[in-house]
Amino acid sequence: MDPECAQLLPALCAALTDPRQPVADDTCLEKLLDWFKTLTEAGSSLQLLQDSPCLVELLLQVPKAPGLSPRVLAFSLRLAGLLAAQEDCFQFLQGELLPGLFGEAGPLGGAAWTAPTVRSGWIQGLRSLAQHPSALHFLADLGALDTVVSLQGDSSLFVASAAGQLLAHLLGLSLRGQAEGSPGPQVCDWPASAQRIVGHIEESLCSPAAPRVTQALNVLTTTFGHCHQLWAQVLWARLSPLAACLLEKDPVPAAHSLVDLLLSAARSPALSSDRSRWETVAQALGRLSPAHAGPLALGLLTLQDCPQALSAQAFTVLLQPLACVLKAATQAPGPPGLPAGPEGDPAVADALLSSRSACVGLLCQTLAHLELLQPLPQRPAPWPQAPLLGAAVTVLRFCNGSAVPASGSDVGGRLCAILAGCVRVQRAALGFLGALSADTGPPELVTQVFAVLLDYLQSPDSSPTVLKKAFQATLRWLLSARTPPGCCDLDPPTQLLLRELLPVLQRRLCSPCWEVRDSGLEFLTQVVGCWAGQAGFRHALLASEVPQLAQQLLQDPESYVRASAVTAVGQLSSRGLPATPAGPEHPGGPQKSLLPELLHVLAADSEGFPRRAAMQVFTQWLRDGHAEVAEDTERFVARVLQAASRDLDWEVRAQGLELARVFLEQTLGQPGSRCPYAVAAPEAAAPGRVAQALRAACRVQLVEFAFRALFDYDRPVAQKSCDLLLFLRDQAAPWDSLQEARGSPDVASVEAALRRWRAGEQGQPLGPLEPEAVLAVLRSMDLEGLRGALAESSDHVERNPQSLLQDMLATVGILGDNEADCY
Amino acid sequence: MKLYCLSGHPTLPCNVLKFKSTTIMLDCGLDMTSTLNFLPLPLVQSPRLSNLPGWSLKDGNVFLDKELKECSGHVFVDSVPEFCLPETELIDLSTVDVILISNYHCMMALPYITEHTGFTGTVYATEPTVQIGRLLMEELVNFTERVPKAQSASLWKNKDTQRLLPSPLKDAVEVSTWRRCYTMQEVNSALSKIQLVGYSQKIELFGAVQVTPLSSGYALGSSNWIIQSHYEKVSYVSGSSLLTTHPQPMDQASLKNSDVLVLTGLTQIPTANPDGMVGEFFSNLALTVRNGGNVLVPCYPSGVIYDLLECLYQYIDSAGLSSIPFYFISPVANSSLEFSQIFAEWLCHNKQTKVYLPEPPFPHAELIQTNKLKHYPSIHGDFSNDFRQPCVVFTGHPSLRFGDVVHFMELWGKSSLNTVIFTEPDFSYLEALAPYQPLAMKCIYCPIDTRLNFIQVSKLLKEVQPLHVVCPEQYTQPPPAQAHRMDLMIDCQPPPMSYRRAEVLALPFKRRYEKIEIMPELADSLVPMEMKPGVSLATVSAVLHTKDNKHALQPPPRPIQPTGGKKRKRVTDDIPDCKVLKPLLSGSIPVEQFVQTLEKHGFSDIKVEDTAKGHIVLLQEAETLIQIEEDSTHIICDNDEMLRVRLRDLVLKFLQKF
Repeated sequence: MDPECAQLLPALCAALTDPRQPVADDTCLEKLLDWFKTLTEAGSSLQLLQDSPCLVELLLQVPKAPGLSPRVLAFSLRLAGLLAAQEDCFQFLQGELLPGLFGEAGPLGGAAWTAPTVRSGWIQGLRSLAQHPSALHFLADLGALDTVVSLQGDSSLFVASAAGQLLAHLLGLSLRGQAEGSPGPQVCDWPASAQRIVGHIEESLCSPAAPRVTQALNVLTTTFGHCHQLWAQVLWARLSPLAACLLEKDPVPAAHSLVDLLLSAARSPALSSDRSRWETVAQALGRLSPAHAGPLALGLLTLQDCPQALSAQAFTVLLQPLACVLKAATQAPGPPGLPAGPEGDPAVADALLSSRSACVGLLCQTLAHLELLQPLPQRPAPWPQAPLLGAAVTVLRFCNGSAVPASGSDVGGRLCAILAGCVRVQRAALGFLGALSADTGPPELVTQVFAVLLDYLQSPDSSPTVLKKAFQATLRWLLSARTPPGCCDLDPPTQLLLRELLPVLQRRLCSPCWEVRDSGLEFLTQVVGCWAGQAGFRHALLASEVPQLAQQLLQDPESYVRASAVTAVGQLSSRGLPATPAGPEHPGGPQKSLLPELLHVLAADSEGFPRRAAMQVFTQWLRDGHAEVAEDTERFVARVLQAASRDLDWEVRAQGLELARVFLEQTLGQPGSRCPYAVAAPEAAAPGRVAQALRAACRVQLVEFAFRALFDYDRPVAQKSCDLLLFLRDQAAPWDSLQEARGSPDVASVEAALRRWRAGEQGQPLGPLEPEAVLAVLRSMDLEGLRGALAESSDHVERNPQSLLQDMLATVGILGDNEADCY
Repeated sequence: MKLYCLSGHPTLPCNVLKFKSTTIMLDCGLDMTSTLNFLPLPLVQSPRLSNLPGWSLKDGNVFLDKELKECSGHVFVDSVPEFCLPETELIDLSTVDVILISNYHCMMALPYITEHTGFTGTVYATEPTVQIGRLLMEELVNFTERVPKAQSASLWKNKDTQRLLPSPLKDAVEVSTWRRCYTMQEVNSALSKIQLVGYSQKIELFGAVQVTPLSSGYALGSSNWIIQSHYEKVSYVSGSSLLTTHPQPMDQASLKNSDVLVLTGLTQIPTANPDGMVGEFFSNLALTVRNGGNVLVPCYPSGVIYDLLECLYQYIDSAGLSSIPFYFISPVANSSLEFSQIFAEWLCHNKQTKVYLPEPPFPHAELIQTNKLKHYPSIHGDFSNDFRQPCVVFTGHPSLRFGDVVHFMELWGKSSLNTVIFTEPDFSYLEALAPYQPLAMKCIYCPIDTRLNFIQVSKLLKEVQPLHVVCPEQYTQPPPAQAHRMDLMIDCQPPPMSYRRAEVLALPFKRRYEKIEIMPELADSLVPMEMKPGVSLATVSAVLHTKDNKHALQPPPRPIQPTGGKKRKRVTDDIPDCKVLKPLLSGSIPVEQFVQTLEKHGFSDIKVEDTAKGHIVLLQEAETLIQIEEDSTHIICDNDEMLRVRLRDLVLKFLQKF
């Protein structure tokens, strides 16, 4: 602890025990605890107490002080636990202080105990304290175990959960204490405290009260989640029959927690040699309701070492709701169903049809689970791609009312009524359908997928969020349908889709709902990004009105739409797909330039998003050597930087620096796409080029822009500028040495301007710059130092402990300095 | 209680309810889909329509080619369009006491009923309903009268001939009763029989029932009706909406605890969501106009058009449509736009608050001020001077058979740049377009129907819990085109009773109680006796006085001493015969105790038999039988009056008298 803090601490401790000076802010106490934690982690707690007797005094005073706030009480309990975590310190405190805090003499059972904060502090204190065997004796002497057990049912969820975790921790600790002679193969050989905890868990598991079962299961889940030792096997052997008994009940109590326990056991390395856990899990898969069996099945399928038969069973369980849906819509004889079996589980059908919310919940859960499973390497093989595609399409058809239920199927009719217009299921099914695009499917099914996607894109009833998902799924399918390299055009189904898709997109771009226009533009940008090289696509797009509509949306009243429009037209223009092509309809007509329009957006748009988008487009254009940019690159860069330097949005200014970097790299002849993680430093450029590049940079006022940004109030801008100037200085190194020989240029005026800027007088212009002067200034500046300073977070001054102590003292009015402020 | 169903159209209902000696007509809808069988009435001479080939029977019978014309495979009647009236034969309409109107679309048949059936009752409707209903009728009369047609076809209606015609003419029902449009004089006469009412106003009908209009949320002034007596309540729900549009929101709470709920006027397009359709409408409108095409919106002069204009107001600038003229053409356009602004008390809360600012509740006032929206009574006159293209035209009639819309269909139909967007759900758009085929113009169907859909209905029924639901048969099964959509029908317990045109329904509901008032002086004279805690009884002798369906118990007049002097008694002095009343008995006879009592009084050889309803006590010696049941006791003995009286007195000992 530094001397300044040591000096402030006694006053603070005194203030904390004074009930007349309440601590206003919980977060201060949390920060204080964090600080003590770093102190105890770094050194001896005993030493800390000996150096700061005020802490001992605080802990002694707290239980005695009447009317102390629960916060301070909880803080003291946690602090005591933190300090007593080290055994020597524990011994030091054990005599009077710890029993005074944690025992009957303390808040336990008193009036303060009614505050959940105090109960939580008590548990957390004990949790920190219980790190060594002597702590166990202490707890046993206190009789704390009973209190912890009773706190499992506490009205505060935080307290109850912490109590459960403490119980699991104590079990581990009492068995770890035996580590020298490993715990016996029977629970009856275990230490008394461990036996008590196990006994309590057993009792709870047999209890008819579901909350008690849940508590016991949660303790076990935590235990198996953290314990990698052999005694876990003994515990599992003892308790798994009780868990299996729970599965016999109807309905299964605390099913959610039981699933967590089974998954925790399945993942536990300590149980890896125990085959019996798979039997219990298999039994659970068969017994649990579909809503609970689903998460268990998914958990099993993501395991690396799940037995083949079990993962097959789990996959069947996971697929059952979709199998049920598929069956409800299939006219016999239909396509092959899912491996979930032709019959389908009647329990699943019942669960689906029991209520609208149950049906929607189960289907959404199943679809989300399968979406998660699809990209995993350990997903079941063979992956039933075709039936899954069929099921996703069927679900979507039920949702838009176009699915025809299988004749004689009640399930189909009911599903029809339940799912019609259900936005949640639509979103989940579209997400899943999109994920399925990673694999191919039979052509007739792909045609169905395209048809249903088109239905959704066309339907006026699709809500904006559903439409967005439909666009995303369509894009993924379009990308997956991309023809192999060497083939220059699209396959017929895709062409067909495209023919229908572009008119839909046109209509969507005219939607009165801005979210729809925005999703439409995003889709356009992405589809152009990957398909601009396909002749068929280019032709269809240019024949449609989509490019013109996108350009019109630059004037949209909604800023998000304008931003997306900027990105879209930027992309179209980059790929040679302008809004007004010089074609047969516009013979000889000059193509209208987009650059002035986008510059206007950058200069005049009232919102940040379109301006940011414009900067990104300009940077990309510069990188790609866009025709309009290449005409007069310097003029382009100068105009863009001029607009960016005045912008109030820091992201625009930061993007301006990115553009400046690209420009510099190009003029210096550096490849643009340098790997930022490359080990070797980039080679310096040839001196002649450097001079040229520096002159160009001065001409386009890039240097002035960068210098100004160096003193930007927004740290990311200043950091970026610092990096840019460092890059420039390093690149210019060879030329630099040549210049030195010629004598020093006049840098006084530049430095004077920089000083004024640093002082906040940004109005002053820099005037014409000479490359030599720029280099001299760069050389004289401590850019590395500046970079280091900028790398520190902006609150690094406020975050030190001294500042924290001062703040806390100031709030309780101890520090005399602040008295004047009160006035 | 009976319901006579005079219309088969679920959204244009006309039913008659007989309830407690009153005869109440519920709505008076006019089915105008019959006009789709006729050729359009062009405002300007149309060579295309006048040169359509005649249609002849297969046997070459030529008399019909004057009446029937063929266009792109469809056959149309070349005559003044006619409407299908509600049934007039099922019940004598002159006996109808009152007509309750729920909204302006459901009163279009009113002149046919009030002017031609001997109707002498009163019509009840809210003020906006009457005013806008008048506008709709005025427009209809204007549309049909301003293009007089010399010919009136009737030969095709002959039953034998009709059988030979192609569909849909062959299947048209009751063509003989189809009538031409009424005149303005008939309209005025019909409207003069209307009495204006306000929401929640209680109207007594002959003291027998009380009727109350409630806001239904569908249109300006639209109402549902509660028809109730003291012990019975019938709710009539017709054309209601739960969406937030311009009218006052629907009053659901007052519909609770109904014995019968008659449910009509649900959405005609249950699969279309109005919000999505509005989006579709504007997307297509914007696309067409951007391409230099014109947009035609066939519509009624009131209703959804207000909401469309409001959306347009919000959307017009963002979509870059500020320079496009919007025209609203109808003989009543001006009145409709102005009326909408003055019915503040009938509007939703948001619009009502605007009035206090003060601002016009609907933003179309601003569209008119800024010249973005212009309205004209017809295409003749000012409109032809101002007309600029591309433009958007809102005009009637949505059937495309009469009105200015016919002109625009002829004018713009040939270009694929133009679009007609159907927003009114009342007519099949394909049938409406049939006489204009072949058509190059784009057709978009965006029906906007804000009335209740089946999900909303099921929520409503759960909320208001009626004992019985009565609805048109169309609502009890999925639409024929989507037979698998079990969600597109009314699902309630017990299942709804359905009706169809010309059916008489006995409602499953019996009246059991009637309220009678007791005059204070009579009540004062009663001496109640407590039979069991909370239940007291008293005997009443009174005169039941019934007048105007109200019943009152009055004290009986005092017996008048015979004056003797006059020989003739005046009729009014006639006193009802007051016999000496025997006391009333109550209580039950405990059999065992009764037998003991009998034995005590010397009867022996007593046997008791249990029967289904009670007991039989058999006095074998006396050859007598006492039959004790819950509500009667009989003593059966052979001509031994003494014995009977003795036994009677023993029985009476166990009973209370009063």
